Amino acid sequence: MSTPSHDRPADRNPAREGPATNAGPDGGRRTATRRMTRKSRRLWLTLTCLICFSAATALVLNAFSSSIVFFMAPSQILARPPVPDRVIRLGGMVVAGSLRRTVEDNVPVNVFDVTDGQAAVTVRFSGILPDLFREGQSVVALGTFRPGHPFAATEVLAKHDETYMPREVAEALKRSGKWDPRFGKPPSAGSWDSMTRNEAREMTGRSAQ
Amino acid sequence: MTIPSRRRLLMALPVAGAGALGLGCWKILSSMEEGGFDPRAIRTEAMRHPLPDFSLGGLPGAGEGFDTRTLSRTGEPVLVNFFASWCIPCVAEMDALRKIARFLPIWGIAYKDRPEDARRFVLRDGSPYRRIGLDPDGMTAIEWGVTGVPESFLVLPGGHIAWHASAALDARQFEEKVLPLTREAK
Amino acid sequence: MALPGAEEGHYALALACVLALAQGVLPLWGAARRRRTLLELAPALCFAQLAALLLSFACLVISAVRDDFSVENVAANSALSKPLLYKITGVWGNHEGSILLWCLILAICGGAVAWFGRGLPLVLKARVLAILGAVSTGFQLFCLLTSDPFARVWPAPADGQGMNPLLQDPGLAFHPPVLYTGYVGFAVPFAFAVAALIEGRVDAAWGRWVRPWAVTAWCFLTLGIAMGSWWSYYVLGWGGYWFWDPVENASLIPWLTGTALVHSAIVVEKRDALRIWTVLLAIATFSFSLSGTFLVRSGILNSVHAFANDPARGLFILLLLALVIGGSLLLFAWRAPSLVSGGIFAPLSREGGLVLNNILLCALCAVVVTGTMYPPFMQILTGRTLSVGKPFFDATTIPLALPLMAAMAAGVLLPWKRGQMRPLLRRLRPAAALAFLGLIGGLATCTGIIPALCAAFAIWVIAGSVTDLALRLGLGRGHGMLKQRLPHLPRAVWGSAIAHIGAGVTVLGLTGMSQAQHRIVELGIGQSVHQGALDWTLTAIRQEKGPNYRATLADLTVSRNGREIAIMHPSRRDFTAQHQVTTDVAIRTNLLRDLYAALGESHGEGKAARHVLRLHVNPLAPWIWLGGVIMALGGALSLSDRRHRFGAPRKPGGQGAGRIARSPSGTADGTGRDPEGVAS
Repeated sequence: MSTPSHDRPADRNPAREGPATNAGPDGGRRTATRRMTRKSRRLWLTLTCLICFSAATALVLNAFSSSIVFFMAPSQILARPPVPDRVIRLGGMVVAGSLRRTVEDNVPVNVFDVTDGQAAVTVRFSGILPDLFREGQSVVALGTFRPGHPFAATEVLAKHDETYMPREVAEALKRSGKWDPRFGKPPSAGSWDSMTRNEAREMTGRSAQ
Repeated sequence: MTIPSRRRLLMALPVAGAGALGLGCWKILSSMEEGGFDPRAIRTEAMRHPLPDFSLGGLPGAGEGFDTRTLSRTGEPVLVNFFASWCIPCVAEMDALRKIARFLPIWGIAYKDRPEDARRFVLRDGSPYRRIGLDPDGMTAIEWGVTGVPESFLVLPGGHIAWHASAALDARQFEEKVLPLTREAK
Repeated sequence: MALPGAEEGHYALALACVLALAQGVLPLWGAARRRRTLLELAPALCFAQLAALLLSFACLVISAVRDDFSVENVAANSALSKPLLYKITGVWGNHEGSILLWCLILAICGGAVAWFGRGLPLVLKARVLAILGAVSTGFQLFCLLTSDPFARVWPAPADGQGMNPLLQDPGLAFHPPVLYTGYVGFAVPFAFAVAALIEGRVDAAWGRWVRPWAVTAWCFLTLGIAMGSWWSYYVLGWGGYWFWDPVENASLIPWLTGTALVHSAIVVEKRDALRIWTVLLAIATFSFSLSGTFLVRSGILNSVHAFANDPARGLFILLLLALVIGGSLLLFAWRAPSLVSGGIFAPLSREGGLVLNNILLCALCAVVVTGTMYPPFMQILTGRTLSVGKPFFDATTIPLALPLMAAMAAGVLLPWKRGQMRPLLRRLRPAAALAFLGLIGGLATCTGIIPALCAAFAIWVIAGSVTDLALRLGLGRGHGMLKQRLPHLPRAVWGSAIAHIGAGVTVLGLTGMSQAQHRIVELGIGQSVHQGALDWTLTAIRQEKGPNYRATLADLTVSRNGREIAIMHPSRRDFTAQHQVTTDVAIRTNLLRDLYAALGESHGEGKAARHVLRLHVNPLAPWIWLGGVIMALGGALSLSDRRHRFGAPRKPGGQGAGRIARSPSGTADGTGRDPEGVAS
């Protein structure tokens, strides 16, 4: 393999060249010990690398065994309950009409059911539900579960696909040329999958009249 | 100038690592495209589960309603499709559904929709649906584990869900995934 | 005269793509064939491509400002009622527009190299520009083929779909350009690295050329991350500032390797060592920037800030990434072994400290990459869905960050080449004393030993940097010494010290934030609650009407021992058109702690109505972002150092105390390195 021409000697010892700001006391004893030093310096470098990366690996493995959060659906959680203190993510849809709110010691408590279509689990969460939380919509609750008790959630996330819609809208507009105005104004991205049970009731109520 | 092979090997490590990562990403992407993997899916597969219990009223003038019994007693595979007139991807899906309807009966479920809107929506360019059930409050959709519209399920005779798509269907998907399953069933 | 519209923009983009292709091919060919004319063509092509892209981007902005809803992108993301500022910033608030902005910034980077790099050797400059051009071509093709921002809709809707109200915020409006400049800026060190691999030569001069570009990109990335984190703190209303979300990790990973790059480039420049490593870091940093921004868009990484989930687009991206990253790494595997490796040095020296910094930063980076990529990979392998969150990252990053900070203070106090333990320890004495005080203070005020340790190490870092400055200025050795040294202290020294102080400030902020007290309460009007040694009283709830929303405002009085210290107005905005409610957080800061209040839902009617409030007392919270700004300022200051100007300084001859960078063969300025054998 050809190496491009170099305008300097190939094997240079940095201890000799390359001026430095605070030139440390670098005496003239280098020639005798250079080989040794080079070897031991390389050893130092390799050792540091090895130590740092094995520490990182150990940390990762340790954290994986203790702080990985598994995702479970209601039917899974009921069929195979996790270890009591293990934090898991429970995902599913909020059963419409199941949300009950109470206040305990000035702290709001929300209790609702989450289902995956096969089983439902009651979730208890004290705190503010996210803005995008809707009955009949998907949620993910983070917390612990003990059989016979409600799922104790420390965090509730509402899943939303704000940006999923515009592309689909674009596709639809492209394919059909336009939306049909007879069906009304196209709903905004935020609304099409976030209609609540109440709104649906309202609609059916209105249409029945 | 000779270069020790150990050194060569060392320098090739990054490309090997990146290659492995890239391969993994490619695998994920291709299975995402097939619909077998959705990183945002938050429910278990509805597949190979018996039908949930439900009973839906029909849409007068467009199709009669149905329930668990009627759906499980059909002698042929049925595609159950959740739709809504306010859902624009559903508008886009209609063309494909009309084509599919030539091979396979499609039963629709209008999700959180007003009957008159649903009727107009369905009848505008010809309905692909044999039957239409109204699910005004979305409860049946919850029973089925639907997270949005459109979603489609392939129900085999005897009332087993054999296949499920949580996005709009297209002809290619239908030919590659759904048709073989219906042939098997027959 | 009619203003240019979408068609002109589309045409300009296509033109830019062709120009970029020419820029990517011709100079490389010229370098191989030694044709001087082709080499000299590179800057011209680069400017032409930049002009075309500017025109293209301007066209998109014009379409948005003129409410041209026949442009699909505008129809989907804008609306008549949107304020002008957001009409403009909305251009890059969506996938297509942001890709175009991405391409534009890449072209600006190329233009900057062509403009400021006049002192660079002709061949090197041509190769760097060619590589930038090739990367540009790929992404402009991506923009044209899969995410065309200029696609038309017919017939045009009367009004657009509007924008997610969460994104209608000045902080977020300017966050993407800054962050993208950070990401894309690392394309320049990448191009230098690939050019050096093609040329087969990496030396001190190369290090000096690369460093300012890396530092610039690093400053922008730092600012961008800080802005993003600040946005999630005050807009999302969850009281958090960093969620270890894949999108956030995607910006953190290149920041970590970029920080390593900035430091290792110093070693290349000053000691002519770590050369191959620096080349690899330059490639890795840009690769991580690319993969981060694009993998998030492909939908592989499950994120709160979701982009369109489009596997087909993802496949194109993956192909592009494979070409850019795979190509450069293959080149590395092929050429790097024949590069002459630099020296190996004493462990106890400035360069030793920098190496330790590099190793630890890379270990941190590896940990974050693992945590980010593990869930999707495990899901595809085992089918189990799992997630990796704050507990994982806390458990893995803090133990690695602590030694990193320990090394930071020691490193700056070590001399180059070979240090000695005793003088180092003597110099570190004041820092150690202060850190010890910090540890005692931390143990007294914080819960848990880890926050106390973090506080101690942060103080250690700050004190170490101050000690360094003091020693260099000769503080305490008489007024004359200071007067003599102050004007000659290079700005780079100031810059690095300030950046280190900024890092310390950020860590102090993070530590303070870990001690935040928060509570969620439900109050009726007139009720109060005691939280964080303060009394919070809800005095009133009001309704207000905004331009496109209805707001519910709370009047919240905060008092200490009966003395009123603040009145806060957290509110909720209901954007009726979008069916979306946003939380408008009230923050009252005195720079030492933030009072933070968010209004939740209300239940009940009339007098019995109760309102959910989220109340936080966040000690030192503003320091997190303040530290980020200080870091970026430090970087900018070191950029203004005469020795680090872009390109190589023309004037030979060192001036001032700090002139050190010099390649041994006496080619201090780039002009000494004539392009070999160029036919002229």
